[in-house]
Amino acid sequence: MKVDLTVNGKNVTADVEDRTLLVHFLRDVADLTATNIGCETTSCGACTVLMDGESVKSCTVLAAQADGREVTTLEGLKGADGGMHPVQKAFHEEHGLQCGYCTPGMVMAIASLIKENPSPTEAEVRSGLEGNLCRCTGYHNIVKAALSAAEASK
Amino acid sequence: MSILGTRVIRTEDPRLLTAGGVYVDDLREPELDGAVRATFVRSTVAHAKITSIDTSEAESQPGVVAVLTAKDMTDVPPPPPVDEDAPPAPGPVPLAGKWQEPVLAIDTVRYVGEPVAIVLTDSTYQGEDAAELVAVDYDILPAVPSIEAALKDESLLFPAAGTNTAITGGGDVSDDSIFDGCDVVVEGDVINQRVAALPMEGRATAAAWNDGKLTVWISTQNAQISRLILTALGLAPEQIRVVAPDVGGGFGAKIGTDRDTVAVAWAAKHTGRPVRWVESRYENLVGMTQGRAQLHHVKIGGTRDGKVKAYRLEVIQDSGGYSRMGFFLPMLTNLMAPAVYDFPNVQANYKVVVTNGTPIAAYRGAGRPEATATVERALDWFAAEAGMDPAEVRRINFIKKEQFPFMTKTGAHYDTGDYETAMDQVLEAAGYAELRAEQKARRERGDVKQLGLGLASYVEITAPDPDAGETGRVDVHEDGTATVYTGSSAHGQGHHTAFAMLVTELLGIPMDKVEVIHGDTDLIPEGIGTYGSRSLQLGGSAVHNASLEVKDQAAKLAASLFEASEADVVLDTATGKWQIAGDPDKSLGWGQIAASAEGKTLTANVNFTADKSTFPFGTQLSVVEVDTETGKVTLLRHVTADDAGPVVNPILIDGQRHGGIAQGAAQALCEEVLYDADGNPLTSTLADYAAITAAELPSFELLRSETPTDRNPLGVKGIGEAGTIGATPAVQNAVIDAVAHLGVRHIDMPTTPERVWTAINDAQKGSGK
Repeated sequence: MKVDLTVNGKNVTADVEDRTLLVHFLRDVADLTATNIGCETTSCGACTVLMDGESVKSCTVLAAQADGREVTTLEGLKGADGGMHPVQKAFHEEHGLQCGYCTPGMVMAIASLIKENPSPTEAEVRSGLEGNLCRCTGYHNIVKAALSAAEASK
Repeated sequence: MSILGTRVIRTEDPRLLTAGGVYVDDLREPELDGAVRATFVRSTVAHAKITSIDTSEAESQPGVVAVLTAKDMTDVPPPPPVDEDAPPAPGPVPLAGKWQEPVLAIDTVRYVGEPVAIVLTDSTYQGEDAAELVAVDYDILPAVPSIEAALKDESLLFPAAGTNTAITGGGDVSDDSIFDGCDVVVEGDVINQRVAALPMEGRATAAAWNDGKLTVWISTQNAQISRLILTALGLAPEQIRVVAPDVGGGFGAKIGTDRDTVAVAWAAKHTGRPVRWVESRYENLVGMTQGRAQLHHVKIGGTRDGKVKAYRLEVIQDSGGYSRMGFFLPMLTNLMAPAVYDFPNVQANYKVVVTNGTPIAAYRGAGRPEATATVERALDWFAAEAGMDPAEVRRINFIKKEQFPFMTKTGAHYDTGDYETAMDQVLEAAGYAELRAEQKARRERGDVKQLGLGLASYVEITAPDPDAGETGRVDVHEDGTATVYTGSSAHGQGHHTAFAMLVTELLGIPMDKVEVIHGDTDLIPEGIGTYGSRSLQLGGSAVHNASLEVKDQAAKLAASLFEASEADVVLDTATGKWQIAGDPDKSLGWGQIAASAEGKTLTANVNFTADKSTFPFGTQLSVVEVDTETGKVTLLRHVTADDAGPVVNPILIDGQRHGGIAQGAAQALCEEVLYDADGNPLTSTLADYAAITAAELPSFELLRSETPTDRNPLGVKGIGEAGTIGATPAVQNAVIDAVAHLGVRHIDMPTTPERVWTAINDAQKGSGK
C-alpha cells in the first residue's frame, strides 16, 4: 500500500507491505537510523518518536497508521536556535547517555513529557519514563537531564 | 592545572545525541550493499535429538537466497582435536571434544534458542516468514532444567562425558574442625539466580567476503578476540578484519563473540553475499549468554562477640547447555569468597554442571558478585544470631588498613584498602543511627510499612588477567593533532573522553585535537578489549606510557631543533609548547616537532602489562520500605562509598557506579530468568522479563575516596562492576531486615512482592526459613 507522511518536515512517500511497521519505514525507507529497535513488544521505548507531536513507540505503530501524519525523529529534533534541543543539551551536560542505544527514544520521550508537563517533579519524570529502558545509566543522570531540560525550556 | 580529576563532558555525545550512533544495523558501508538478512531457526525445545531438518518449503518462498544448516558447513575445517579427558575448554566458543559446542546444531539441541539453521533473505520480513517454514523434527529427551536435575545424572546432556558435572575445583571443604570452638554457627543455602545481561542493543553481526578477505562487523567488547574466534572458519587472522562499530551495551555478554556470529560470518563466505543479522529481543533473551546462576551452601562460625573464626563456601555453577566460562566464574567466586574480611579459616570449592538452559557466561561482575552476595548474607545471619548490629560485625571482621598488602586465605593478593573508613562514610552520610531509630519506632508502632537497612561491604578483583595487558599507540602528526589507537573497546564507558584526557594531561595537546580509535583489527591488530573492569588501568596505562614515550622522543627532537641540551628543553603542558627552560621567547609546537620526525609522525606503541590485579572496594547501604500487607518493596535510598583509586573524570566514574547499582538492585528486586520443568523459557520477552525501570529506583547518593594502587602508573583500579557487586546484597539485606522482626530469616532473590508476602506469612505460621 502507498504511505505518504512527513518525516522531520520532509515528505516521504512509498509503496510498502501492509504490515510494515513505522520503525522499519523510518529506518529502511526514509533511511533515518537514529531510531533504534529494542524489543518489538512496546516494552523498552528505544523506538520512541513523535507523531503529530506526541510520543509513540514506532515498533507497534504501522506505517499505514502514520499516513498523512507528521513524524519527528531524533534527527529532526531542534532547539529554538536551530541547534540542539534543550533535552539533547541536557543529556550532554548531565552525562545522560553511555552506549547511546536507548538515547534517541529517551530524548524523544522526555521532549514529549516536558511539553505536556513543563514542571515535572522527579517522581513524575520517573513514572513518565517507565516505558523507556536504559541499561547503562541506572536512569540517575537521565532523570537529572530531564529535570534540567524542563528548567531550561521555561 | 591538571585535567585529570576534572569534570569533562563527553566528546562522544554530540554525534550520539543528534544523529544517533552507528550500530551494526545502521552500517551503510559499500561492502554491505545488497546485504541479505540472516534469520536463525532456533531450537524450540530444551533437549532433543534432531531427526530431520526439511528446508524445502522455506527455500521456495519469495526472497529466500539460501537456507543453511550444519550439513552445509563442509567448507569449515574440523575443530582441532582436544584431549578426551579434558574438561570443556574455556572461551566463548569451544568447538571440540566431548563437550563440543558446534556452530549450528548437528544432531542434538541443548537449550531453547540454540541455533539450528540460518535463512538468508532479501528482507527482514521474508526471513521471519521463511524461518517459520523450516521443519525440524525433534526426538524429545528428558530436560535438565535445573542444578538439582543436573546433579542426578539421570538425563545426560553429553552422554560421552558420562556426567552432567563438567568441572570440579577449589579446595577441600570436608574438615569440620575449623568450626570447633565457635559459639555461633549458621549455615544455609543462598541462590544467586540466573539473570539476563540485556544490553539495549542485542547481538548483531554483518559480514562480507571479498577477494579472500572476510570483514565482520560485530557488536562486541573485543574485536581482536573475536577475530581469533573467527579463525575457526579456517582463515588466518590476516584474512579477517573485525570492526566493532558503536556497540549498544555489553555487560560481559558481548565478550568475544558467539557461535551465531561465527555462523553469520561463515554464511557470508559460503554464499559470497554480504549478510547482516540483528537479533530480536526474543532471540536475545534465549540466545545471548546469561549471568550468575549459582547455588551456594554457606557455613559461618565465630564467637558471640562478633568475631568470625571460620567460613565455608560451596558453589555449584549452572553453566547452561554449554560450558562457555564454566570454570572461570566459580573460580573467581572461590577466590573472592572471604571478601573484605580477615577470616582465619576459609574453605571454598566449586562444581560446574550443564543444564538445558541458555549458556551462562560473564555478566557485570562475573563470579565476584556471587561471592559478595553470599558472604554479606552470611554475615547478617551471623550478626542476627549473635544479637549484634550488622555494621559492628563487619567492623570487627574487616581487614584493617594497616594489613595491606594482604594475602587472603583463598590466595587473592589485595593491594590497598580502607574498608572501615568506607563503611563509616556511608553510615554517617546516611544517618544510620537515625534510620535505626526510625526503624525501631515503626516496629513498635506495628506500621504496615516497615523500614529495612541493608549493608554490603565489598572488594572486587579488577583486571583479573593483568598479564594479558592491553595495547595503546599514540601518534602525533605534523598538524599538531594526536591519534590514539587502543586495544580496549568502548561501548558506553567513555573511553574516547578518558583516553584523550590522559594524552592532554601529559602532552598538552587539547582534547579536541586528540582522536581515539578502537575496535578495528586492520588498524589495531593486537589488543584484548574490555571486560573485568580493565580498560582504564591496563588500556589507560598503555596510553599513558605511550604518551610518555612520545614525549621523550619529542624532547630529543626539540633539543636538536633548538640546538640545546635535552635536559634544557621543557614542555609547557598548559599550552602544548616546547621551550628552552628560562627562555619563553622561543617555542615549538607539537606539529613542528612531529614534522621533523621520521615519517613526519611521532609514534609510540605500548603493550602495558601488570603483574597483579587491583582490588577496588567500598560499602553500600540500601534503605527500603516494605509493605507488610502486600509484600511490595520500595527502594527509598541507596548510599555508597566506592574507592577505585584516583579519579580521571568524575562524571564517567559516577556514571559507571549509577549503572552498576541499578543492575545490582535489579537482581535483588525484580529480575530473574525462569524456565518451566521442561526447560521452556518463561521470560523470553520484555513483557515477561522484569527489567528494572526508572520508576523502581531512586536517585543514588554517592560518596568517594581515592586510595591509589601501586600496580599501574595511574594508580587506578576498575569501577565498571563495583556498583553491581555491592548493590545486590545491600538491597537484599535491606528487604530482609525490614521484616526480620516478624521472624523472617531469608528471602531468595528477586524479592518480589509474592516472595516477601509469602516469607512474612510463613514466618508468622512458624514455617519460615
